[in-house]
Amino acid sequence: MTSIRIKNYGKINKDKVIKFTWDNKEYSGYEGDSLASALLANDIRIVGRSFKYHRPRGVMSCGVEESGALVTVGSGSKRDPNVRATTQELYSGLNASGQNAFPSVNFDFGGINNYLGRFFAAGFYYKTFMGLPPFEWGKGTGIWMVFEKIIRKAAGMGKASREPDPDSYEHANDFCDVLVVGSGPAGVAAAQEAANQNLNVILIEQDSLLGGNNLAEKAFDSSLLQKQLESKGIRVMSRTTAFGVYDNTVVGALERVTDHLSNPNTFLPRQRFRTIRAKYIILASGALERHIAFNNNDIPGVMTANASRQYLNRYGVLTGKKIVITTNNDSVYQTAIELHEAGSKVTVLDSRKNIKIDLPKEIEIHLETLPFSINGSRKIESLDVCKTSDKTNKNTIICDQVLVSGGWSPIVNLVSHRGIKPVWNEENLCFVPGEIKENITVVGSAKGIWNNEDCIQSGIVGANEAMNSLGVSKKTISHLSVGGWSNPINALFEVKSNKFPSKSFIDFQHDVTAEDVRLAHREGFVSVEHLKRYTTLGMANDQGKMGNIIGLSLMAEQLDKTIPEVGTTVFRPPYTPVPIGALTGRNVDKHFRPLRVTPMHQWNIDHGAKMIDVGLYQRPWYYPKKNETLSDAYIREATIVRKTVGICDVTSLGKIAIQGPDATELVNRIYTNPFAKLPIGKARYGIMLRDDGIVMDDGTSWRLGENEYFMTTSTAAAAKVMSWLEELLQTRWTDLKVNVTSVSEQWAGAAIAGPKSRDVLNECVLDPNKITNEKLPFMGVLQTKLKDGTPCRVVRISFSGELAYEMYIESDYAHGMMDILWENAQKYEGCLYGLEALGALRVEKGHVTAAELDGRVTIDDAGLGKMASTKKSYIGSAMRKRGVMGADDRDMLVGFYPLNEKETFNAGTIVCEKNNIHGQGVGRITSVTHSPELGHWIGIGFVKGGLEKWKDVTLVGADPVRDKQMEIKVVSPHMVDPEGKRMYA
Amino acid sequence: MIRIKCPYCGERDHSEFTYGGDASVEYPALDASVSDWTKAIFFRENIRGNQKETWHHTNGCRLWLEVERSTITHEIKSVKACHPQIDKITKNNS
Repeated sequence: MTSIRIKNYGKINKDKVIKFTWDNKEYSGYEGDSLASALLANDIRIVGRSFKYHRPRGVMSCGVEESGALVTVGSGSKRDPNVRATTQELYSGLNASGQNAFPSVNFDFGGINNYLGRFFAAGFYYKTFMGLPPFEWGKGTGIWMVFEKIIRKAAGMGKASREPDPDSYEHANDFCDVLVVGSGPAGVAAAQEAANQNLNVILIEQDSLLGGNNLAEKAFDSSLLQKQLESKGIRVMSRTTAFGVYDNTVVGALERVTDHLSNPNTFLPRQRFRTIRAKYIILASGALERHIAFNNNDIPGVMTANASRQYLNRYGVLTGKKIVITTNNDSVYQTAIELHEAGSKVTVLDSRKNIKIDLPKEIEIHLETLPFSINGSRKIESLDVCKTSDKTNKNTIICDQVLVSGGWSPIVNLVSHRGIKPVWNEENLCFVPGEIKENITVVGSAKGIWNNEDCIQSGIVGANEAMNSLGVSKKTISHLSVGGWSNPINALFEVKSNKFPSKSFIDFQHDVTAEDVRLAHREGFVSVEHLKRYTTLGMANDQGKMGNIIGLSLMAEQLDKTIPEVGTTVFRPPYTPVPIGALTGRNVDKHFRPLRVTPMHQWNIDHGAKMIDVGLYQRPWYYPKKNETLSDAYIREATIVRKTVGICDVTSLGKIAIQGPDATELVNRIYTNPFAKLPIGKARYGIMLRDDGIVMDDGTSWRLGENEYFMTTSTAAAAKVMSWLEELLQTRWTDLKVNVTSVSEQWAGAAIAGPKSRDVLNECVLDPNKITNEKLPFMGVLQTKLKDGTPCRVVRISFSGELAYEMYIESDYAHGMMDILWENAQKYEGCLYGLEALGALRVEKGHVTAAELDGRVTIDDAGLGKMASTKKSYIGSAMRKRGVMGADDRDMLVGFYPLNEKETFNAGTIVCEKNNIHGQGVGRITSVTHSPELGHWIGIGFVKGGLEKWKDVTLVGADPVRDKQMEIKVVSPHMVDPEGKRMYA
Repeated sequence: MIRIKCPYCGERDHSEFTYGGDASVEYPALDASVSDWTKAIFFRENIRGNQKETWHHTNGCRLWLEVERSTITHEIKSVKACHPQIDKITKNNS
């Protein structure tokens, strides 16, 4: 192939020269070029190396179906592999290089694989590592691990950057009445027709220019079309690919915002992921020209016929001097004439006989003639041809380019995403979309309509269908018939060769040959789905756009069936690759998930808190003094709480306001323990179960008035409990007059814990007489005011086991509450304590949290069976003792001590019997801490049969992750102050 | 993407909602037998066709909705508020 730029052709801007780099050498092209057209204009033939055999490959198409010219663009963190040179727009400074080759695509050591082809046939991996017959040497995983690395290196495509993606991406949302995919003749007609009826229309086009196949017309003006469409109010989105069609006529689209710019504005995202919600979708996605399988049909210089016409009329590049066009259909003849007019010598081989075509006499035409084999390795030297009737008698035509057209395949991919199977049209030898029952229609060549005028008409019909179904019009619909060529196409998928080894490729990207399909058949892979996976046909990033139909036809031939009987594989989104970055959008780093902070977040930080992530929340972890480590700090904090007093932010607990005449009834039905007689001004700790009797959550509910409760839930289950109450009230107990409102954000809370907590409180509130042991007993609730007059709620409640209170205040006043609490706590040598100390205190007491209540635990397992009322029914009461849930050997809550008090252990440790350390053992440790009170490490967790069974037995804590084992003993979970004297003090 | 027409908020993406469960289940009384509860909790038809299910408009108005959906095509046949009185109000307002 000798390709050159020619005068008076192309829609490129020849006044604007663009410099770019290919494999470290500088070249130039023009504004409007694609990388492929610029490479062709510079007569660069070899632009890639093939997947398995490292065969030289050139540009084979002019669009997204490209399977030869896959290149790497950019370097460092911006390196983007497997970019189709045919769709990459040229920009100043573009730096592209060949891939899967060493040292370069022009000279590649891997080329040796071409001669070892017989070892790399279909099923290569599976066979090779089943052992090498007849010796059965090297069988099994071990040898695979050795070779895998080498094979990975030899096979494949471009390498992705290992650095983080420096680009930003965005998500965008669009709504419209009618979405038209594709701006070819049919799509444009449809969009205009719908816009004429004042419908809200979006037209999307994957190319940078509008026009679809009109871009292959010499006289076509794309910018004029753009103006026309926009003047009608149509929203035109170019450089945007509709990659998937989903339920409810929702389309996923990828907009390439800056991939064509040299120095994009930094505020622009690289790409936008658009979710387009349309009321009606018109797919005018076009059709792709097919290849024909014959020997050496991948030598650089082989291209689809229409691609060559695109290069000529869009880019002003004449792709060959002596061109042979080989076809089985009418679509190539316009190309032949234009290439001839542009100065090439053109020969056409048509496999049909008796066809009527008017051609200039300079164009040679050979009917009933087939391409047999290309001669040449790095470029085409000549083509061996033969008659359809006699394949042994060959002629040789000297040429530098072979253009191929094996028919056209409508792009049915997007329709297939909806689960609609394509239907084989025998007359036109292609799959057309099947019947669609949704608000989607297909128009133009995507439906198998070949003529320009018919496509336009079909677009109008599609728009009418849309308007009818949207209720805008009531027009009679008469569909156009499929086809439109004056001479019928004939079946030509492969020209078989007796040459060995034959290299008739059907999937160029994955190096799948016609022989591979036959091999798969011989080995029993006869279903298309098996064929696909065994040979990897259609599994590369082009997803078989060029070769799938050939593969199916070959399989049909082997099975002696028709193509529709063999069927086709299912197309799934995306139509063309979508970068992970675009899917992620802005949800990266800090924006990966929202951050929840409590109203005293800044106060905590100002007072030296180190924070920790708990779900979405950030909570104070510990408040280190100078040089203190985490352990130093939490041990000091826990010790001070037990000795004097500590203040802790507990805002993250869920809070729900329950109001209405049936509030008591609701609360009584959802908790296991009785709430019906809870007096006003008292709180109660409660457990709620799921329908199936497993513990859902624990928390407290305070009765503020006759018809009003304030419920707290665990931090982890706050949202779940809220949804659960709403579900019960809206679906099951619709007669209950009660309303639930989440007030988690409205109230800030702090725990005041320790023997001096009452003294501190009395310094803080307006009327200290109210906070005495008698007036505010354990579980008492008080609505009062801080010294500065701010109303607050106080409950006497203890998670630490000490005399303790929780104070809640409206969130806006959180800083003020903390200031006053902290100021007074310091008078009693108190401290601020964080989550780590909170955990230590509660583990010492054997109090459970989400770590224990993990969705497998019953109320009896948690040792709280006494809280299950026998006098009332509640959610889960029927189911909590069913079957195995009443068994004696269930995992029950216990405490753990290391036998050697100097040992430590971790949460997640598996508890095993001494002589039987394997599997899941007999239990697990769920929470651990160093106990300042006891002076050694302690844990809580579960063990089969509970404390009774293992009281005097030494068990082993196995921690296989850390490769650690220690002897442990089982104790009561209530390890400090088991009688609970302190909290009643 | 499934789009659900919430009777209060209008048509929204399914990502605003949380799937609940089978809307045709009649939950027994709290003091009903284990076998009644077992049936209500664990036994489900694997419907090929239209199925009534509950969805919670979690990131919206927080209504629990009864949605009739085709398990074959995801087509949504009807949506209404589960609570009969809320259903009445939303119907009157629409």
